[in-house]
Amino acid sequence: MNKKQKIMLCRIAATAVLLLALNLLPITGAVRIILYLAAYLTIGYDILRKAGKGIAKRRMFDENFLMAVATVGAIALAIIDKSGDFNEAVLVMLFYQIGELFQGYAVGKSRRSISALMDIRPDYANVECDGQLKKVDPDEVAVGSVIVVQPGEKVPIDGEVISGQSSLNTSALTGESLPRDVHAGDEVISGCINMTGVLRVRTTREFGESTVAKILELVENSTSRKSRSEQFISRFARVYTPAVCYSALALAVLPPVVRLILGMGAQWSEWIYRALTFLIVSCPCALVISIPLSFFAGIGGASKEGVLVKGSNYLEELSRTKTVVFDKTGTLTQGVFEVSGVHHPQIAKEKILEYAALAECASSHPISKSLQKAYGKEVDRSRVSDIEEIGGEGVKAVVDGVPVAAGNGKLMRRMGLEAPECRSVGTIVHVAVDGSYVGHIVISDIEKPTAKEAIEKLKKSGVTKTVMLTGDARRVAEQVAGDLGVDEVHSELLPGDKVDEVEKLLARKGKKEVLAFVGDGVNDAPVLSRADIGIAMGAMGSDAAIEAADVVLMDDDPLKIAKAIRISRKCIGIVYQNITFALVVKFTCLLLTALGYAKMGAAIFADVGVMVLAVLNAIRALRVHNL
Amino acid sequence: MKKTYKIEVDCANCANLMEEAANKTEGVKSAVVNFMTQKMTVEFAGGQDEAAVMKKVVKNCKDVEDDCEIYL
Repeated sequence: MNKKQKIMLCRIAATAVLLLALNLLPITGAVRIILYLAAYLTIGYDILRKAGKGIAKRRMFDENFLMAVATVGAIALAIIDKSGDFNEAVLVMLFYQIGELFQGYAVGKSRRSISALMDIRPDYANVECDGQLKKVDPDEVAVGSVIVVQPGEKVPIDGEVISGQSSLNTSALTGESLPRDVHAGDEVISGCINMTGVLRVRTTREFGESTVAKILELVENSTSRKSRSEQFISRFARVYTPAVCYSALALAVLPPVVRLILGMGAQWSEWIYRALTFLIVSCPCALVISIPLSFFAGIGGASKEGVLVKGSNYLEELSRTKTVVFDKTGTLTQGVFEVSGVHHPQIAKEKILEYAALAECASSHPISKSLQKAYGKEVDRSRVSDIEEIGGEGVKAVVDGVPVAAGNGKLMRRMGLEAPECRSVGTIVHVAVDGSYVGHIVISDIEKPTAKEAIEKLKKSGVTKTVMLTGDARRVAEQVAGDLGVDEVHSELLPGDKVDEVEKLLARKGKKEVLAFVGDGVNDAPVLSRADIGIAMGAMGSDAAIEAADVVLMDDDPLKIAKAIRISRKCIGIVYQNITFALVVKFTCLLLTALGYAKMGAAIFADVGVMVLAVLNAIRALRVHNL
Repeated sequence: MKKTYKIEVDCANCANLMEEAANKTEGVKSAVVNFMTQKMTVEFAGGQDEAAVMKKVVKNCKDVEDDCEIYL
């Protein structure tokens, strides 16, 4: 609570005590009136002052003015009617101030807690200077400087590890709780927390260009891109208040005049009272505050989960996603070649891998790299001799004194061996040892472990169509699509064709449906920007992707797509709840007041209550972890 | 030319009013008030003296909402 709020709290408490005393103790006469006036002024002097200023500047219809008119009017009525009931005016001011206080407090608090969620800003960097560590502002560290990151500290600036090894906690960036191991030569990204060892890092960027600065900027600016609901509300607020004021005026004048004409008693004070009550409900605050707060909370909660949404408008669009178009490589598959199986083994599978890895040890082809990776052990080159590469076919070598051949079907046929056709998709390496066929190794771009579940979850979250676009061969594409349960697949596309396919899909979809494109941001920037919503994944450290996309997934888990959509649905749901709830309560209040069923106290209670509930509801958007 | 200023404003509706006022100020191409982050982003029209324009923006904002603060 800041100083202003503390003072307000004291004023509220003082007024409440005074009001209670006035109602319990038998105080009468002039003292009573003076005390009421004192209570009224204690709680409302600033509002009266602001209202006065507003009138001087010919600017009516702000909430201060309305509150002042309503309460002064109530006091005047109490004097004219000689009812001596000043409670109402004081109560109205009291509730109004409590509401304002709560609103300021809740908003400030949620703003701070959302900022704390995103508290990845490093405070300092340790620069090595004459063998001593010096703490400096990350902004002042030049590119190429060597910084030291100790356990427990945040990596302040993007860079490359030059010595040391450690585990990094990337959860603040990606929402992923699994630590990432880094060694000398690895890239590290600012915002990660160093957990175990001391790292010496050569910076590759300035702080302002570093991942952490980019993310902070993006999230902070995101709520400046206003959604349609927000625009609707500000337009609505502009009309609502004056409309209610004029209705109040009409309510004060028309019925009594009509009654006079009809020859009944005018009942001026009754109708003026109703009009004044009208004014109390005229502040659109509950709506105006809760909508941006919901979006802010939603965006904050999403970023905690490693989903960066670039604007409230995109969060809104995301919630209406019906078609999701995927790029295959790097999005649904890992984009790296891996051994996915060993088929028809005549000897131990490990042995086949070992022979193949050793035979291919001289090659730097991705295939041989993946073989060595699958082999998993250090390749001892002294075991290999007489390596003979046969272009377009494979390799022959002598391993441990035994002749080994590894290559495609052509090579096997040339050696007079029968190589069975493989039904799996990918690159096939047949292996022959000592002149006889021992089996083949399948190397393919493997699907991400969560890809299938991701597609399922998308369908569950209301996405009606999933499409996969790829430059790969049709057979590969169709198998992956079939495996994952993707509805539609377009293969053998050039990068330009992807834009055309997306255009076609855009033309086919319904007007209110949204098409999202998910890519890894490497070479699909045109498609990312052409789709209604561009989602880039695995974007940690990739500027191009962060630039081009509307939604950025920090890690490359496709499950996050469905999560992002569910987060947006929850947030939009809350926004609509708040809009509906506030409007229904306000209009009910207006109706009841006009008919004479609601007193001023009830009106202010409803008004403040709606606001409190709307704010509390809005904060719910922050809790998205278990969605 | 775009610049961001820190602001202080208590109520969301007042922030909307400030935004409107800033947008109506001469020399401002567009202004966005972000109530949640308490920031005002002003895009100036071409060839304007920012300091002079901001002075007017502050005055106009103070006119609509007495309680606001813009830190230049």
